[in-house]
Amino acid sequence: MSEDLIQRVTKVIATSKRIPLETVTIDSEFVQLGIDSMDAVEILFALEGEFDISIPDDEVRGVRNVRDMCAGVERLVAAKSADAPAGK
Amino acid sequence: MRRVAITGAGAISALGRNIAEFAESLRAGRCGIGPIESTAIPSLRFQNGAEVKNYTHQPYFEDRRADFMDRFAQFAVIAAREAVKDAAVKWTPELRETSAIVTGSCVGGQSTQDIGFIEIYKKGVNRVHPLTIPKTMANAGASHISMEFGITGPAFTISTACSSSAHAIGQAFQMVASGTSDLAITGGSEAPFSLGILKAWEAMRVVSPDTCRPFSKDRRGMILGEGAAMFVLEPLEAARARGARIHAELVGFGMSADACHITQPSIEGAARAMRAALRSAKLAPEQIGYINAHGTATLANDVTETAAIRQVFGAHADRLAISSTKSMHGHALGAGAALECLATAIALRDGVLPPTANFREPDPECDLDVIPNVARHQQVEYAISNSFAFGGLNAVLVLRVA
Repeated sequence: MSEDLIQRVTKVIATSKRIPLETVTIDSEFVQLGIDSMDAVEILFALEGEFDISIPDDEVRGVRNVRDMCAGVERLVAAKSADAPAGK
Repeated sequence: MRRVAITGAGAISALGRNIAEFAESLRAGRCGIGPIESTAIPSLRFQNGAEVKNYTHQPYFEDRRADFMDRFAQFAVIAAREAVKDAAVKWTPELRETSAIVTGSCVGGQSTQDIGFIEIYKKGVNRVHPLTIPKTMANAGASHISMEFGITGPAFTISTACSSSAHAIGQAFQMVASGTSDLAITGGSEAPFSLGILKAWEAMRVVSPDTCRPFSKDRRGMILGEGAAMFVLEPLEAARARGARIHAELVGFGMSADACHITQPSIEGAARAMRAALRSAKLAPEQIGYINAHGTATLANDVTETAAIRQVFGAHADRLAISSTKSMHGHALGAGAALECLATAIALRDGVLPPTANFREPDPECDLDVIPNVARHQQVEYAISNSFAFGGLNAVLVLRVA
């Protein structure tokens, strides 16, 4: 998982939840950060904008920490670039 | 305080255009959910809804009158007409002046507003239709009912998201019980199938991609519905005196606020509303035989509601029959509680408890008798209908067999 991706995801989480960036690490659990289900839905919305991806509902089931969230974003970003037509 | 009877009922929903069709669908466990057809839904994560299929205003309203009415207001009047006819109300000038109208709606005519905003924001047209405001306002249902019957008494609309029509029916119940009004038309109506509204629901990630499976372990969320249910409420003694047919008696109403979270349900808040309802009806938990659950089929609601029912009913929870008719008529938001109150009244009247349709797999966290898939012939004396809204505003109605 690239550092850049982790940084962008943690920044989105911190900005959306309005908490200091340094409190969000790859090892953070949502419950530690006080992220509830509505917070999570807002973070997903912000991630879709940040990475220009669409995150299906099924992808987010069971995601309870930053590491799983980063892995999910990485997977969707990879799938998007695989789908993109050549030369674009 | 006076006892209050439901002497008339009307409904239009995914389960049919009148209460006979509604009752027959519930009894058959027939699900009204299917692909959304009333509006174009490009690139939406869910495709299904519980719509009033092939609805057009023509059999109900002249074109010029329909011009003034959003679909949700049309549904309100259609259901109210059936309820008033069903009750065989004999209008007098005095009755028209003292009758009350209390309706519930969550989104009102936002579909009309959505169309207006397409003009402004998408088409770049610098004006919207002059009827946008009167069609959009959430009280339009109550207003059109008042004009339909010439009712000049107290009339208003309550908007408490998914509890709207439970709060409305509860308010009307109290007005008839207290003697403020000798007749009330009450219920709710909703028509949320407009792309802008559907996109907002999509963003909340609570809508199922397939169907509505309340209390089933494989449930994936709610299915939006539309329609209306309206009732005529009268003092029981007066109704009996004029020989009116009584569907059921309304005997209690409880409310609570979670004071907790804007969307997450609360066990305590739900339990408080059920307890308040039982207190209002002067009933012990053991006297309740059936619960028409809020039962949205979201992961959170069904677990929370199960826990709240166990908290209020204790050991009796294992002897209670419970079902979510949202599995058939969808989640009609501000009309939901009215459709569910009607399903509860019909269950008491006919001695048939409606099932929870689309049920596939028991969930250990929803371990109640949820009447899976097949209606049950069982006569109960008392039943409650639960509504727990976003915003944590809860309302519970208590009904008794007539």
